Amino acid sequence: MKKRASIALSAFAIGGLVALTGCTAGSAPSEGQDKVLKVAYIKTDAFTALDTLFTTTKADFEAANEGVTVELQPIAATDDDYKIKLALSQRSAETAPDIFYEDTTALRADADAGYLLNLDEYVSKWEDWDQFTDAAKEAGKGDDNSIYAVSLGTDTRAVWYSKPVFEAAGIALPWEPKSWDDIMEAARQIKASSPDVVPFNFYAGTGTGEGSNMQGFYQLLYGTELGGDSLYDSETSKWVTGSQGFIDSLAFVDELYTEELALTPAQALDPNIWKSIFGEMFPNATLGATIEGSYTPSFWQTGGSYEWPGYVDDMGATVFPTQNGQNPGGVSMSGGWTLAVGAKTADPQLAFDFMAMALSKDNALAYDNENSQIAVRKDVAADESYIAANPFVRTVTDIVEVTNFRPATADYNQISAEVQKANEAVITDKASPEEAAAAYDKAIEAIVGPEGVIQK
Amino acid sequence: MTAEVLAPQDTHVRRPKSNSGSRRRPVREIVKAMRMIPLLPAILIMITFLAGPIIWSIYGSFTNASLTGVNASNPQWIGFENYLKLVNDPVFPLSIWLTAIFTFGSAVISQNALGLGLALLMQKADKKVTASVGTIIVAAWILPEIVAAFVCYAYFSLDGTLNQILANFGMTGPNWLYSFPMFAIILANLWRGTAFSMMVYQAALNDVPPEITEAAMIDGAGGSKRLLLVTIPMIKNTIVTNTMLISLLTLSVFTLIYVMTAGGPGNDSTTLPILAYKEAFRFSNIGYGTAIATVMLIIGAIFSVVYIRALRPQKD
Repeated sequence: MKKRASIALSAFAIGGLVALTGCTAGSAPSEGQDKVLKVAYIKTDAFTALDTLFTTTKADFEAANEGVTVELQPIAATDDDYKIKLALSQRSAETAPDIFYEDTTALRADADAGYLLNLDEYVSKWEDWDQFTDAAKEAGKGDDNSIYAVSLGTDTRAVWYSKPVFEAAGIALPWEPKSWDDIMEAARQIKASSPDVVPFNFYAGTGTGEGSNMQGFYQLLYGTELGGDSLYDSETSKWVTGSQGFIDSLAFVDELYTEELALTPAQALDPNIWKSIFGEMFPNATLGATIEGSYTPSFWQTGGSYEWPGYVDDMGATVFPTQNGQNPGGVSMSGGWTLAVGAKTADPQLAFDFMAMALSKDNALAYDNENSQIAVRKDVAADESYIAANPFVRTVTDIVEVTNFRPATADYNQISAEVQKANEAVITDKASPEEAAAAYDKAIEAIVGPEGVIQK
Repeated sequence: MTAEVLAPQDTHVRRPKSNSGSRRRPVREIVKAMRMIPLLPAILIMITFLAGPIIWSIYGSFTNASLTGVNASNPQWIGFENYLKLVNDPVFPLSIWLTAIFTFGSAVISQNALGLGLALLMQKADKKVTASVGTIIVAAWILPEIVAAFVCYAYFSLDGTLNQILANFGMTGPNWLYSFPMFAIILANLWRGTAFSMMVYQAALNDVPPEITEAAMIDGAGGSKRLLLVTIPMIKNTIVTNTMLISLLTLSVFTLIYVMTAGGPGNDSTTLPILAYKEAFRFSNIGYGTAIATVMLIIGAIFSVVYIRALRPQKD
């Protein structure tokens, strides 16, 4: 009996100890007298510009605000994985960061979820706010027209082409394609002159995820007859089904892959293919052209992931044409990331002050230049060092005129995945463009319901 | 004989106890209850970390909870809607089918057969051979899953080891992960999991008394007859237990598949765990994802019940 009782007692004691240590560990952070600001963002081997920005801001901010500690929480992940991690951390005040890097496509849904602090009263008192362009202000708005985030910079998409490859094929430079036919024509010429070169890379399928739409299919779709309303009808707020433009766009992709003017489907579905494109294919002149973001030079600049000084002379950039050259003549997609403050932050003003410091003219200029972003602050855009950062700044900034933004609704991610699936079915020959478009229409209706779609 | 001798003694001892039983019973009950106390922490831990998530998963599957958007902060009770959607989802039957192929192909059949085969061979083999082969096989098993997954990715990918070996023989291999995703992940899981079955069977075979197999040999039973009629019936319980363990482990394999193919191309290697992950996290539908997880839970529970039933008569 004695023995049993002692076992029971020690079990209780151990249980108690576990509970106690659990408590102390949990309450430790709040015991600290210093205020702590947690900052969450992406840092990978290919993307360090934001880490540089926050490291600088942390030092300045801590010097200016005594007793405040800024805790940087870089997350090494792809964009998609980062968004998942961020959303999970925001479910509890204990783990939610105070300031974080936020994708414009996730912004409206995250504002609806109550993850983001309404910034209206803070920006109205912020003297720098007038420096931001109207488009940038618009990008930070939630469904209720309040400001929930401040834009760090934006981007556009252009066709990047290899001058040596084009010269070898006898194509006149600078290359300015006016229609889809011009693209196809150039690709065929390249294939004829250098059979070992991949003439035109066109991202497609689920492997490259959202990127395959942004740096691929949307350039086609938004250049068809419905223009900016090709995917989502902004007037009725409904998703477009049954459009000829969708079928035509898939047919273009199909043609590129069937005639072997693009990468093989297996290569195109490799999530890491972009690394080969920047690191090997363009520097070795084994690729004719690809659609890619305005940030492309950041990979090749000094300090980039695939340093290649020759890009200044060897590469050209131009706007992607509309289907038949109809107005506005070119098409591009824009995204961009913002900074936002968590709704659960303990000291909103302090968090906003840190964010404002990170977005100051000097910091924004350094960030835009290092990351080849298109400036959203007027004073940065006018700065000489911004324009001189690389030879392509002028071209990609001009493309802003014809750019489009994705419909950032809560369903967007699922619809984007369906667009990727339709592309993948076409390039892997599992469906004809018509069949893939029909399957897409059916899938969209299943996601948003019959009242959420509009037949065009 | 012994029973007869013991019987009177037994009744003799019992009598005084039953006389005072009415007073002593509560004490005995308390003692009995006291014995449960050391189990309490374990039970509490089980409830918190095992039953908790299960209950949450079942509850979540009846809501439209999501990772972001309005439903993230205010999930609504939507009844069986997620399950109705699941039944009508064309990917779901495919996913069940792929999970079944994966589990049967890589665990129930291959790991079992290969594990038993290796264990039998090792009984006969030279000690040095046993030690070196055993080490190599166990190495695959003790590797962290993420490392094993990368090793397999590097082996099967387009420029991977396998295709380089084939190139030495003048053959051009396909992109295995793209053209034969199920084949690649089944082989990878077989490679990784065989060690477990091998070790279980080695232990079981060591317990088969040599005199029985020797007796069978003297009775004229050949090698295959001895295996089928003597050895296998004697380790039947181990086979059932091992099959249960490896099939349950394989049913929930995620990292290996996610790293190698991420469920692709298309949905061609999307087993249930991958489908649940995609829906819950990639598309933010936590409610729908947990519905898939709950279905997996039920399938796992059915498997367990079947195996436990199969074990029962042997124990008596």
